[in-house]
Amino acid sequence: MIRATGLEKSYGRGDERVKVLDGIDLSVERGTVFALLGPNGAGKTTAVRILATLADADGGTATVAGYDVRTQRRQVRRAVSLTGQFASVDEKQTGEENLRMVARLGGLSRPAARRRAAELLERFDLTAAGRRLAGTYSGGMRRRLDLAAGLVGEPRVIFLDEPTTGLDLRSRQELWQVVRGLSAGGSTVFLTTQYLEEADQLSDRIAVLDGGRLVAEGTATELKSRVSGHRLDLVATDAAAYERLAPLAVQLSPDTLTLGLPTDGTAARVRALLDEIDPRRRDVASFTVHSATLDDVFLALTGRGRTTEEPARV
Amino acid sequence: MSDTAIISPVGRALNNSLVMTARSVRLNTRNVDAIFTSLMLPIMLMLIFVYLFGGAISTGTGEPYVAYVVPGVLLLCAGFGSSGTAVGVNEDMKGGIIDRLRSLDVGGASILAGHVASSTVRNTVSTVLVLGVALLIGFRPSPTLPGALAAAGLLLAFIVAISWLAATVGLVTKSPEAAGAFSFFMMFLTYPSSTFAPIDTMPGWIHGFAHHQPVTPVIESLRGLLLNDPVGSAPWIALAWCTGILLTAMALSGRLFRNRTA
Ligand SMILES: Nc1ncnc2c1ncn2[C@@H]1O[C@H](COP(=O)(O)OP(=O)(O)O)[C@@H](O)[C@H]1O
Ligand SMILES: [Mg+2]
Repeated sequence: MIRATGLEKSYGRGDERVKVLDGIDLSVERGTVFALLGPNGAGKTTAVRILATLADADGGTATVAGYDVRTQRRQVRRAVSLTGQFASVDEKQTGEENLRMVARLGGLSRPAARRRAAELLERFDLTAAGRRLAGTYSGGMRRRLDLAAGLVGEPRVIFLDEPTTGLDLRSRQELWQVVRGLSAGGSTVFLTTQYLEEADQLSDRIAVLDGGRLVAEGTATELKSRVSGHRLDLVATDAAAYERLAPLAVQLSPDTLTLGLPTDGTAARVRALLDEIDPRRRDVASFTVHSATLDDVFLALTGRGRTTEEPARV
Repeated sequence: MSDTAIISPVGRALNNSLVMTARSVRLNTRNVDAIFTSLMLPIMLMLIFVYLFGGAISTGTGEPYVAYVVPGVLLLCAGFGSSGTAVGVNEDMKGGIIDRLRSLDVGGASILAGHVASSTVRNTVSTVLVLGVALLIGFRPSPTLPGALAAAGLLLAFIVAISWLAATVGLVTKSPEAAGAFSFFMMFLTYPSSTFAPIDTMPGWIHGFAHHQPVTPVIESLRGLLLNDPVGSAPWIALAWCTGILLTAMALSGRLFRNRTA
């Protein structure tokens, strides 16, 4: 459904020129959910805008729904919808007017547009708010209205750029339900996110983008097997103990004598790991277990992001 | 969307323009305050000039001063009214709607045409209201039927041209406030012309500008047509100005729109 090879994009000119995308290859099958995972500034939005024809790539080629994003712009636009990081809704119109307008622009008759708007408001739980100006909506409602507007034309490919960034927990979970519904309905979904958990929850395949390059690609399980899913943070009893443990750690904070080790988070594995690294039970003073964050993923995948000056040891 | 495939590009552009017009008209009806303000100012000016200064201004026509001043006030009103279009376009370019419209493949021409069309509707309503007030305070036009039609047509052409110019200003300006300054621009164009006093009574250095700027021939034509006085070539010059402004604004805005959304 989506194929991209060697996508490149730079911004700025002269010495200020930065390569935002540096040769990206992507492949998304029909009916699947694909997540592009990466930290702020990785180039996610740039990639999505290129695929949705809102920006031009400097190099490489891409097809979406079988159409070339450069030469068949119009066909691509008709086949996709993009819900941006910043909701593209008309704040000066009500939710219902927004959807009716989009439907009319898509060529539906007045009555058909009215029906479609009502249907989508219902589906996105916005019926009660349908007569209020979109400018008065909460972040989550706005995002849902935006998504609904994107679905008016029954797109085959749905792009969601950081659909839950800035939303509270409840709105985030509501949006996850929506994405699952889309996927169950047979749509192809391409989403970007900064959260490993979100990619894990929603997608069939994940690609990790960092500094304009893909550093990993695979199913959530494949990726998690590379980053263990959790991190065991140990506080060493003293500096000597810290030095003994340091070679095993993926994350180091010498000031607090704290070290991080990857683990799957199960009691059995944590117990075994503690016994293994500290058989005399003297070096470890206390520990905590965290879910692996995106930082840990990048740490594991790129060896960067450590908190110390020491060279990477992964 | 299966229904779109059968509509021709022209049909699509027309449909889109109509939808965008409907939106713009809807937003206008929600913003009656702004319309009221842009209407009150010209009407106040008309009253001030007719009742306070009118006695001191000799127009050399033998007509009551109100008859002299009405055409200029109509243009001033159109100028103020269309500055709302500059603001509206500017806000649209910043808001979330523009990305939505672009991804729906709605062209810049349709978006701007919607604004211009609703501006035209709005200004037509204000024009009728200003004329109503003028009639109340003693304006007695005596046009022939063709003269009345020509005057209406010319005023309409002016409104459309100025509205599209305002839309262009909305694209260039960085903020809605800056876009709103379009009404000042219209004021500076309307005052140094024969709006409130004959140009001959103004200082000599301004004659060149006052005679050869777009507002003057439009005012002269309206005045002549409404009072059934000879107008000479003024209507043709006025029409040429309006066409020129419209075509320039359309070309310029098309280019600006592409640049701003690239
Ligand atoms: N229009 C632009 N002009 C200049 N730089 C840009 C532009 N858009 C994005 N960038 C830069 O490109 C990089 C990637 O941006 P983006 O694709 O938005 O990343 P993400 O969505 O992953 O946060 C950032 O460093 C950003 O500053
Ligand atoms: Mg982004």
